[in-house]
Amino acid sequence: MSVLRPLDKLPSLNTATILLVGTEDALLQQLADSMLKEDCASELKVHLAKSLPLPSSVNRPRIDLIVFVVNLHSKYSLQNTEESLHHVDASFFLGKVCFLATGAGRESHCSIHRHTVVKLAHTYQSPLLYCDLEVEGFRVTMAQRLVRVLQICAGHVPGVSALNLLSLLRSSEGPSLEDL
Amino acid sequence: MDETVAEFIKRTILKIPLNELTTILKAWDFLSENQLQTVNFRQRKESVVQHLIHLCEEKRASLNDAALLDIIYTQFHQHQKVWDVFQMSKGPGEDVDLFDMKQFKNSFKKILQRALKNVTVSFRETEENAVWIRIAWGTQYTKPNQYKPTYVVYYSQTPYAFKSSSTLRRNTPLLGQALTIASKHHQIVKMDLRSRYLDSLKAIVFKQYNQTFETHNSTTPLQERSLGLDINMDSRIIHENIVEKERVQRITQETFGDYPQPQLEFAQYKLETKFKSDLNGSILAEREEPLRCLIKFSSPHLLEALKSLAPAGIADAPLSPLLTCIPNKRKNYFKIRDK
Repeated sequence: MSVLRPLDKLPSLNTATILLVGTEDALLQQLADSMLKEDCASELKVHLAKSLPLPSSVNRPRIDLIVFVVNLHSKYSLQNTEESLHHVDASFFLGKVCFLATGAGRESHCSIHRHTVVKLAHTYQSPLLYCDLEVEGFRVTMAQRLVRVLQICAGHVPGVSALNLLSLLRSSEGPSLEDL
Repeated sequence: MDETVAEFIKRTILKIPLNELTTILKAWDFLSENQLQTVNFRQRKESVVQHLIHLCEEKRASLNDAALLDIIYTQFHQHQKVWDVFQMSKGPGEDVDLFDMKQFKNSFKKILQRALKNVTVSFRETEENAVWIRIAWGTQYTKPNQYKPTYVVYYSQTPYAFKSSSTLRRNTPLLGQALTIASKHHQIVKMDLRSRYLDSLKAIVFKQYNQTFETHNSTTPLQERSLGLDINMDSRIIHENIVEKERVQRITQETFGDYPQPQLEFAQYKLETKFKSDLNGSILAEREEPLRCLIKFSSPHLLEALKSLAPAGIADAPLSPLLTCIPNKRKNYFKIRDK
């Protein structure tokens, strides 16, 4: 079974690649478009996948950041994410994975409790971001954040590494997560 | 002209939106061209209606004329009613007789009039050998209620009839009987199919929905068209699961075809099954009575919504056959029991 590893390929010059994993292609496409509209010194590449494992391909560049998009309206989306996580090598979780929960704004449509994704992110020691990807304003802001995080994960920001960023994000989380 | 008839015509005309009024009146063909030309349709609706009633009085409109106008109004506004589907069958060994419309109408009317002294029955024939029947129900002692009629659309070359659901359900067996006997059938059965869209019901029942039309889009390469990719798409975005997407598109196309789906508003599943569990001795497993559960899917266009589930990534392809069999089995009401 192929497993994604963070350092199994050489990086390309000034390129940062992000992999978005989620069941709803339309949402991923919109997020990708928003990210590519941002001004960025590095060359961005966005890969979209419905699930892992990815089809084997020698041409794929090194992946710097994986974002798992979970739609809180769909149990199918959560199940897909949980199954895909098995195909990611443990060393990816040192700051190069992040979870994005969408759909929290429409509470009546949510079939996954917020606690479930919080616990998932906590289990994998990775940050959890919330964003309603269907709303353009929120999506653009999230795209800006993700581009910044991607640049750090690709090593393009001097003095900050993915692991630094992870510990920075973690120390700002409340103590309630320890109870989970 | 009878006061009740005048009132009935007035209420019917009031229901008609102004932009459809001339079309419907022309289809009615009761008032002459000359008479219609005297009416100023740009006035306020009440004035137009007053004028039209006056013209109807001059021409002495009867109850039958009024009923005919009601049928035409309903034909233009089919979606306001919910339609049930009935299937008739001939007995074993019965010959297929030539259908005689006149004889059918007489027989139908006679049967109803013999059973209930007070009914108003009106007919209007349309294309495809179909006849629209309007029945206003009364009892032995009360006059027919013209404001709660039942409509039946019978396609004489087929064993199918479509009936509008009404609140007066006690007359349904009598109606079924009249229809069966008048059309020289033996038995009538209600199908588990119901919708507001008569055209879609027709398409499903007569199996006419699966016609593919050649469109000018068919020249674009299959992959681009089916994936909905923009030709000018950013080359920095790479889709990893193209193979999977193609598989989903292919399965969706095999299940639903390329043609527009007939329009239904809901599908209802009634489950009556015993609890099944791997664990022994669970309380629910010991229960003798089956568990009952009702699941209803609603949508402005249910079948198109189901068709778009897998491509949108909301469900896995292939979909459950319980959902995809709806047009094929000609049902949208299902009862699921233990085998």
